[in-house]
Amino acid sequence: MGTTVANTYLESLLAGQSHLSASPLAWLNWLRAEAVDRISSLTVPTTRDEEWRFTDLSPLTKISLQPVPRRVQLPAAEIERYMLPESVARLVFIDGIYAPELSVTETDKGVTVQNLAAVVAHTAALESQLGKHVAFHDNVFAALNTAFLHDGALIIVPHDTVLERPLHLLFIATQSAAIYPRCLLLAGARSAVTLVEDYMTITDNAYLNDAVTEIVVADGARVEHVRVQREAASAFHIASCAVSLARASCYRSVSVTLGARLSRYDLNVTLHADSAECMVDGLTLIGGQQLADTHTCIDHAQPHGVSRQLHKCIAGGASHAVFNGKILVRQDAQLTDSTQSSRNLLLSGRAHADIKPQLEIFADNVKCAHGATVGQLDDEELFYLKSRGMTEDAARNLLTYAFGAEIIDRIPIVSLRQRLEEAVQITVQP
Amino acid sequence: MINHNAKTLLEVHGLRAAIDGVEILKGVNLTVKTGEVHAIMGVNGSGKSTFAKALAGHPAYKITDGSAIFGGKNLLELQPEARARAGLFLGFQYPVEVPGVANSQFLRLIYNTLQKERGGAEFDPLEFDDLVREKMKLLDMNPDFLDRNVNEGFSGGEKKRNEILQMALLAPKLAILDETDSGLDIDALRVVANGINRLATGENAIVLVTHYQRLLNHVVPDHVHVMQGGRIVKSGGKELALELEARGYEWVNTAASSIPAAANA
Repeated sequence: MGTTVANTYLESLLAGQSHLSASPLAWLNWLRAEAVDRISSLTVPTTRDEEWRFTDLSPLTKISLQPVPRRVQLPAAEIERYMLPESVARLVFIDGIYAPELSVTETDKGVTVQNLAAVVAHTAALESQLGKHVAFHDNVFAALNTAFLHDGALIIVPHDTVLERPLHLLFIATQSAAIYPRCLLLAGARSAVTLVEDYMTITDNAYLNDAVTEIVVADGARVEHVRVQREAASAFHIASCAVSLARASCYRSVSVTLGARLSRYDLNVTLHADSAECMVDGLTLIGGQQLADTHTCIDHAQPHGVSRQLHKCIAGGASHAVFNGKILVRQDAQLTDSTQSSRNLLLSGRAHADIKPQLEIFADNVKCAHGATVGQLDDEELFYLKSRGMTEDAARNLLTYAFGAEIIDRIPIVSLRQRLEEAVQITVQP
Repeated sequence: MINHNAKTLLEVHGLRAAIDGVEILKGVNLTVKTGEVHAIMGVNGSGKSTFAKALAGHPAYKITDGSAIFGGKNLLELQPEARARAGLFLGFQYPVEVPGVANSQFLRLIYNTLQKERGGAEFDPLEFDDLVREKMKLLDMNPDFLDRNVNEGFSGGEKKRNEILQMALLAPKLAILDETDSGLDIDALRVVANGINRLATGENAIVLVTHYQRLLNHVVPDHVHVMQGGRIVKSGGKELALELEARGYEWVNTAASSIPAAANA
């Protein structure tokens, strides 16, 4: 590529991009080139950018990372404990590279679950959707992901197909590298599917996971999306997810953020047609020096939409939780019914939370409610539990756990819920 | 029941306590022996709830003077959880709601915590379920209490039953029940009182903290104390409660002024 990249950090990240082999799909090569081109006019955001006010990326820019040249082999036994017994299919990516021997792609209902690079059919659908929902024009991390786009997870659920058991995408980081996970889910009309996007690690080294997920929900379809981020304590995780909702479709998501030194998750849900519904819940549980930033935008573009959002942060140590929740109700979106609630628990005097509910309402006949609280564990509740014989630590753990459990309980997969409950209990130990 | 071979469970002497620098308890004396039921009565603000909470170790109350010996231990040196583990139980006037924690989970947790302390067997969820359902019959409780979050959305009466249920499970040596009768209708009062009576043995003791005499019709006290201005100003038998009911707390005021201060010091 002959493009000049002004920003030296971005230049260093892009160094390996030219080594990518060309895709047989001409449009994909064009898409990548377009992203590289766009990066030349973008910079790494700083805290002077409103959208990044609280999230200082300078620690990331001090390390230069490249995609791994070849995949590490992991024995199946090593990832056994990360698998979900309920799942009907599973795609495993190790440092961003597809691991077919650890994956299961059969679903017996005509559902496509495969890695993008292997796609020969559906290329027209792919061309019309891939990269069309997470715009990289103003999003340098989405642009980077797209510049490196050569593989990822592709799920196509045919119309009227109901998949009862979940699909599991497991992304495992094993070394210091730049990883660009990509996922595209197309849910056909009146279909139903549950997707688990799971970011795990087996290394303590610093790495960057720069992920992009696009979810397209057709008329009357229903998608449940569970996202779990359990990156290494020294890792960077920056992800964008865009969800496009058609008429009378429904999207429910629960995202749980536990890991990474610095993480940022942008979730944009657009209700493109009437009577669509979304439930967007999140739990951030961090401690130490962690920073976790969640930006969500629920865009009501058409009438009769319903959105429900509950976001909770639990911040211990000297950690920093950020939540920016935008609800946009456009002029056409009459009779929108929207509620947003942000609840935050600070476990120490050094932890802090920056919470910004942001309502922009242009329609005049709507019902929108929002609320935000930031607090500490309640002394009366602690005393009540202690008066029953529980130690201070046990009482604090139980109350903290209970605060987070409200979100975890919304995950529709029993084994994952149990594992997260354990993880939460371990994390809240002093 | 007053038993002359009874052991002293609790001995409080000259207890003073303050909240936010304001002294509420101004020298309380109280001796409770095994097998006894005591009632502490008094108007709102007399210090009776403060006394109950201070004994349980509520962190908002600072003990400024006096002593409290419980089962040979200096109660005031113990953290609230250590007091509970030593066998002290406080039935809360306003039981706290704990959202996100199922009642069954909470009850099993506190039961096992005390079992462990006492060297008894810890119960798994199935074993515990049998035990707790048995205890709930004592209080005429609906089994759906177990699935709901601790006290969340409970009516006043349901919360009080849940307190007595905890008392039944934890089998304390000394139960201090703070305004357990408030918020109960006549039927619920009878059920709760009946539960308390069945939990009273010759080995434990109960202190009822109450404003009204009506609970004492059902749980008959051996000793009645009247609290006023942060001190116990009058003590007597169960007939004292009836006298208070008939004559009002004002009557104690005039009667108390005739008691030499030294008797309370």
